[in-house]
Amino acid sequence: MRPASLTRARDGVSKMFASGNPSLTVRSRWLPTVDDMSSEPTPRSTRHVVVVGGGPVAQRFVEALRSRDTDGAWRISVFADEPRKPYDRVGLTRYFEVSDPEELTLGDPALWDDPRVELHSGCLVASIDRENRTVTDQFGRVHPYDELVLATGSNAAMPPIPGNDLPGVFVYRTIDDVAALRGWVESKREAGRVETRGGVVEKPVRGAVIGGGLLGLEAAGALKALGAQATVIEFGTHLMGVQCDLGGGQALKRLINDKGIAVRPETATKQMAPHHRTGDVGHLDFNDGGRLDVDVVVVATGVRPRDELARAAGLPVGERGGAVVDLTCRTEDPNVWAIGEVACIEGRCLGLVAPGNTMAEVVVDRLLGGGAEFPGADTATKLKLSGVDVASFGDAHGRTENCVEVVWADPTAGVYKKLVLSDDATTLLGGVFVGDATPYASLRPMLGAQLPGDPAAFLLPEGAGAAPDIELPDDANVCSCNNVSAGTIRGAVTDHDCTSVGDVKSCTKAGTTCGACLPLVKKITETEMERAGIEVSTALCEHFAMTRAQLFDAVRVADLHSFSDIIERFGTVPEGASSAGRGCDICKPVVASILASQGNGHILSGEQSALQDTNDHMLANMQKDGTYSVVPRVPGGEITPEGLIVIGQVAQDFGLYTKITGGQRIDMFGARVEQLPEIWKRLVDAGFESGHAYGKSLRTVKSCVGSTWCRYGVQDSVGMAVELELRYRGLRSPHKLKFGVSGCARECAEARGKDVGVIATDKGWNLYVAGNGGQTPKHAQLLAEDLDSATLLRTIDRFLMLYIRTADRLQRTAPWVEEYEGGLEAIREVVLEDSLGITDDLDAAMAQHVGAYEDEWKAVLEDPDKLARFGSFVNAPTTPDPDLAYVAERGQKRPATPEEIAAGAVDPALSGPVLVTGPTLEVRA
Amino acid sequence: MTPFAVADTPTDLVTPTEATMTAIDTAAPTWTAVCRLTDLAPERGAAALLERADGSPVQVAVFRLLDDSVHAVQQLDPYAAANVMSRGIVGTRGGEPTVASPVYKQVFALRTGECLDTGGKEPKAGLGEHLESFPTEVRDGVVHVRAT
Repeated sequence: MRPASLTRARDGVSKMFASGNPSLTVRSRWLPTVDDMSSEPTPRSTRHVVVVGGGPVAQRFVEALRSRDTDGAWRISVFADEPRKPYDRVGLTRYFEVSDPEELTLGDPALWDDPRVELHSGCLVASIDRENRTVTDQFGRVHPYDELVLATGSNAAMPPIPGNDLPGVFVYRTIDDVAALRGWVESKREAGRVETRGGVVEKPVRGAVIGGGLLGLEAAGALKALGAQATVIEFGTHLMGVQCDLGGGQALKRLINDKGIAVRPETATKQMAPHHRTGDVGHLDFNDGGRLDVDVVVVATGVRPRDELARAAGLPVGERGGAVVDLTCRTEDPNVWAIGEVACIEGRCLGLVAPGNTMAEVVVDRLLGGGAEFPGADTATKLKLSGVDVASFGDAHGRTENCVEVVWADPTAGVYKKLVLSDDATTLLGGVFVGDATPYASLRPMLGAQLPGDPAAFLLPEGAGAAPDIELPDDANVCSCNNVSAGTIRGAVTDHDCTSVGDVKSCTKAGTTCGACLPLVKKITETEMERAGIEVSTALCEHFAMTRAQLFDAVRVADLHSFSDIIERFGTVPEGASSAGRGCDICKPVVASILASQGNGHILSGEQSALQDTNDHMLANMQKDGTYSVVPRVPGGEITPEGLIVIGQVAQDFGLYTKITGGQRIDMFGARVEQLPEIWKRLVDAGFESGHAYGKSLRTVKSCVGSTWCRYGVQDSVGMAVELELRYRGLRSPHKLKFGVSGCARECAEARGKDVGVIATDKGWNLYVAGNGGQTPKHAQLLAEDLDSATLLRTIDRFLMLYIRTADRLQRTAPWVEEYEGGLEAIREVVLEDSLGITDDLDAAMAQHVGAYEDEWKAVLEDPDKLARFGSFVNAPTTPDPDLAYVAERGQKRPATPEEIAAGAVDPALSGPVLVTGPTLEVRA
Repeated sequence: MTPFAVADTPTDLVTPTEATMTAIDTAAPTWTAVCRLTDLAPERGAAALLERADGSPVQVAVFRLLDDSVHAVQQLDPYAAANVMSRGIVGTRGGEPTVASPVYKQVFALRTGECLDTGGKEPKAGLGEHLESFPTEVRDGVVHVRAT
């Protein structure tokens, strides 16, 4: 690896390739890691495209090429200098909400497992040899290409302000930038913590952001999210000067101030000065003589295209940087293309993801022989700073000659909305929305089109008069991130049988990047379905025309307590029939769940018993051979040695197969229906109760050992888990509920994979909701931070009750949150701010559940009528099912396979009754 | 094996009178008294162990509906190869009484045993698509099933 040999080898490779004899390159290689066409025999017809850069636009390029290149004509190598897969830079602020940066990964990760795609992450390209069509990476490896795509993006620009290299000065561009920023703020907070006689006093961390554009405001939001103070320093007259006019910028300033972020417009920073003691950045000096003390500075004054490779390769670059390309995104070299922020197209570089994605699609089309051209930049933007709506599109500044502006401004509500129209006030040229961006989604695609009716109607607040319905032309771009037109969405419904927004999203990718267009996607989808005569029934089944949520409310309001009354009152009576019938396996369990959630006594009492689904019916989990498994509750996974012995003894006496569950308890399999009461009598006598493993209800609260034993624990996670499990045990819900409690941020209880996850902090508990494992794993999202125990319980109470009341049948919390109008933010407002005025009601409902809890199995053992259901045969209640057959495996029994039964390989000792009991069970007093 | 004759099963659940038993046995030898009607919960099934005319055992799922009519079908779920049909949910489909398999939710007509909805599944090897149905009668409050 000496430099001399490196150079020689490199030259050698180039020459060999120039001579067109790839087989020789293998011998001249000096590094064993070989990744290109020489490493495996490749059909001559396969061509190789090298992509330099691993950002969102590179990801889009690879995704589009792989999905459109059905003949497999192209092999793709991607070189990314960041050590990870392409991630969502637009959503960088989400880094603070997700624990794992992997969650920001764009698109389907399987893309990078595609054998035709090779991702070299953490690998820079050092130079391009256009003559020989090769690139050389930072390790000196040479990679030949047929076509080269530059997607190197931009660097955060660092203005030449003195002191810009001081410790504590950051830019805001990559995950590493954000991680470094977080580390710095946390260390400053730690340093500012002083112990006084009155307790620990924390000095606030003071942050400043230089630059009041889109990125600067996101950075300010990030500082706030980290618990730091934030002041935005803006050189121009107002915030987001590129997207907003003065009026919009001023409205925005008020909204940003309301978020606790200070704004200093028309301020130039003269220097960043070091703190006299630490040497870290300590204060900013402004040209107007002002000064601001700071602990951290984020510079977000803009980006600069990373065009060094293009320059070094002798490709023309624009006046303000960027590789010059034509409308096909091709540089002067016919085999070299540039897309995204590094491309200088129509004389400028575009720092937005949407036009970058469009360029990626154009090049893919060209590589596949198409004739696509860049249609012009869609510079529409929407700010995603939590709680602040800002959007603009088109000619936001009204620079078109003779244009007219329609403005709605309500300073008290912090709303500013403006449309820019042609001189006859009919054609939409642009718009700015601050404080209320609702019209954005439907108006943006109308850019350049005639608006129906009075333009002012689009700006009026909701309820002040309905905005005219817009019928978008098929070519109107609805999702600018993914370049999906209204026509494509309509086609998804009419030609691809999509019947929901979810279908349309996965079919067209509309709304899958920033999500701003989702309301419009929904509207177009629904309108198109209506037009196509596709009726999407929200009916539960033939017996009820309502959704579960509607039925839940109807039953509650009408104060009904039996299935007969409910179906008589709300059931669907078919034409010509006299009644709605008697329900089915869909609606009966739903009604059973609704009745149980509203407190109607034991689930096997009276008519309710006929509504219960398979497992609830026997208060046990049916297995494949018709026997059951039994799970006693082990709250928080904490169990005494005596308890373990009881379970072991019961399993041994009844010949049950035992297995530890994923929820920190013990499952006993192979219990026959007539054995269930005997088994439970033993368990209940020993102090166990039903674990509700059979119910759509709270299952377990998994916990780590927490501060009582663990060296790292900061709270008693087991104690909290036990409290939660005992509080919510038996709570019937639309689907099963799993909880987890971790005693520190190490998260050993995997609480973020649960419907409700609680993670200890040094100040209390962080509450995460709507996670799950299973087929579609979801990480739970943060609902509230640093709660004390009482507030934690109250918040969970409300979250669960809201879920129970409004979720669909068999809908777990994650899809429920996703479909809830307004998403998690709206749910947060309901449970923490009482935005619907229903928290008293939710609290009362949970209090009723907690107060009315009884152990379902204990109640069965005390009631001869219920016990009578547990006979094997009505005419031979203690006779085991003669067809049950078992074999031994790893020291325990399991059901015999049909082949084993046919071959007579069944073990009679395992199959017969192990414990002989009397014909009836003594009824408990 | 536990005897199939009801008279030999003196449990709390089944206590038909001596007189009833005699009457039925003479009337039709293949009719078996299974239980009292009141032993069956409305719209829930119960399993019964019967003997066919040829002496082979057969498991039957017996259902009492709201109108006190009683229906019997085979207990063996052909789609799961497990003896569980009595534990399915009773309902109606277009007014026709049905039972849904507690395992994979196939829907069967209670009167005929016909499978109305396979849920896209095939029966297990060697088993038919539909359920065998058995004639039933309620005499003097006692449920009788005829296993042919």
